Amino acid sequence: MMQPPPLLAVRSLRTEFSSQNGPVRVLDDVTFSVPAGRIVGLVGESGSGKSMTALSLMGLVPAPHGRVTAESIKLSGTEMTRLSPDEMRRKRGRELSMVFQEPMTALNPVKTMVQQVGEPLAIHTGLGRREIREKVLRMFEMVGIPEPAARLDVYPHQLSGGLRQRAMIAMGLICEPKLLIADEPTTALDVTTQAQILRLMVELRDRVGTAIVMITHDLGIIAEMCDEVNVMYAGQIVEQANVFDLFDRPSHPYTRGLLASIPKATEGPPGAGLPGVRGAAPNLARLPGGGRSNPRGADARPTCRQQRPPLADLGGGHLARCWLHTKEGAKA
Amino acid sequence: MSDVLISTKALSKHYTIGKGLFGANSRVVRAVDGVDLEIRARETFALVGESGCGKTTLGRTLLRLIERTSGEVLYRGEPLGALDEKTMRAMRKKLQIVFQDPFASLNPRMGVKDILAEPLRAHGYGSEAEIEKRCKELLDMVGLLPHLLRRYPHQFSGGQRQRIGIARALANSPEFVVCDEAVSALDVSIQAQVLNLLRDLQEQLKLTYLFITHDLSVVRQFADRIGVMFLGRLVEVGTTEEIFASPRHPYTMFLISAVPRPDPHQRNRERPMLVGDIPSPMNLPPGCRFHTRCPYAQAICKQEDPLLTDRSGRAVACHFPLEAT
Repeated sequence: MMQPPPLLAVRSLRTEFSSQNGPVRVLDDVTFSVPAGRIVGLVGESGSGKSMTALSLMGLVPAPHGRVTAESIKLSGTEMTRLSPDEMRRKRGRELSMVFQEPMTALNPVKTMVQQVGEPLAIHTGLGRREIREKVLRMFEMVGIPEPAARLDVYPHQLSGGLRQRAMIAMGLICEPKLLIADEPTTALDVTTQAQILRLMVELRDRVGTAIVMITHDLGIIAEMCDEVNVMYAGQIVEQANVFDLFDRPSHPYTRGLLASIPKATEGPPGAGLPGVRGAAPNLARLPGGGRSNPRGADARPTCRQQRPPLADLGGGHLARCWLHTKEGAKA
Repeated sequence: MSDVLISTKALSKHYTIGKGLFGANSRVVRAVDGVDLEIRARETFALVGESGCGKTTLGRTLLRLIERTSGEVLYRGEPLGALDEKTMRAMRKKLQIVFQDPFASLNPRMGVKDILAEPLRAHGYGSEAEIEKRCKELLDMVGLLPHLLRRYPHQFSGGQRQRIGIARALANSPEFVVCDEAVSALDVSIQAQVLNLLRDLQEQLKLTYLFITHDLSVVRQFADRIGVMFLGRLVEVGTTEEIFASPRHPYTMFLISAVPRPDPHQRNRERPMLVGDIPSPMNLPPGCRFHTRCPYAQAICKQEDPLLTDRSGRAVACHFPLEAT
């Protein structure tokens, strides 16, 4: 059976920053894809490269300190790595857009809501002011902002955090992009508001068919809404699987540690201790040799300290970057 | 009944904002509004609720870091508010706090040694040699090596900084420690390490914790009893097991059901969900504060403010509490 090509296919994305101690590779060989209409998660801890992946895809890594290279980044057939900055600008906000983490700092405090939520339309389409206003109003209705007409001419500080984040999502979706990258869209929100926003995003995907890259540190959010998951650690994808395989059969030691660290709100005996992951994440400027997570792996062996592990295929699209799952590793 | 270490009676903290001429346009924020609370010796009491519910204000008012508007805080039965400054100062040795943000709560220009020595010097711990020895002891207690005394906060990771914040709180051997979102800024693998540390220290040093957090998952692993706050009030109190197995206040039930569960097989479960936003604490609705969002609200809820009543051994402030399951 032929599978349709994915909406987004990223091959060997590498991002480097220059520093006093030479180049620091913050993303290394990041390869993943997003099928049309699916929600794909990027999960990991601070500094694992989740947000950097988003910024690299959006073409928002600041030059000249940052340098993005990739074998290929294809968005619905277009090779993005060959686009000029101008061509990239025409894609951004229209074919792929982004929702940022902090709705207070990501919105412009001196522009009204209709001005900024309608801005992508003003840039990418020839619509007039009245039509833009009409579209923003309909978008506000769609994302569930109560009394939408009354929110058009107000400033961000006059809205609650939940409403601001809904407006941010409205702005991300207003040009009906094929792909929405959401970078920790609910981290700044209370849990009851978070539940509303996550449900909204899944509903929009179901109704409009927008594919979503969901960036989060919260494995609960991954389990609630993602179809496929990429676990990131120290700038690499260490495990890739569909959401059920990942939670049922976590295969990379880091993923296992991460799952064991989550305090669960609803299961197991209360008051049980947490195993956690030993140690701390490495400095990207001074990476350990071999597998990047080796100093923290529970079963690390000599090979893990010497050679970089390849991505091992566990079947059904389940990949893990660990010597445990290779022939060589099994023999050792 | 186990012994009560610290308790409050109708404790309130109101802020007046926008004074205007002769207080013309002033409005009152009831951050903490008549809270009765009992924390027992050597337990971990968790205070949970969403932003703006008053949990941080309550924690600080307990320690007299913020002065109360009315009501009383009792420490071992003695009213703290009646103490003069000198006695209160001595009392502070026993009452400590660990702050949320490990990046903002340590002075970047002070070395670890001075950060840990400051509370010791303030309370006249002893000679510099004794202080140095105590600082090393404190580092060891929180799992850091003694040579790190010479370092500065920026040379540490978030998890290590939080360990330093904990060591500072423990310097004068307190009895009661308020942990205000002490692990919220940490990554989940580091969070687990720090929680385990806090639990070990509680065991060793016989500490009593007030654990303030918005994260219900952490609470479930860590707390003995829970108080749920909503708009300045405690709306439910019970043991961790009771609260999670059978929440009686509708708000508690919604709060628990809103937590994303790390199990994809449960994603399609029936999930009750709150709609709308929290009312402004400046403009509280009459009657029950939760009635504007409560699907079970009836006429009486709009008129009469429900009191925190003790039903079947635990307290619920609701006219129509949910059935116990």
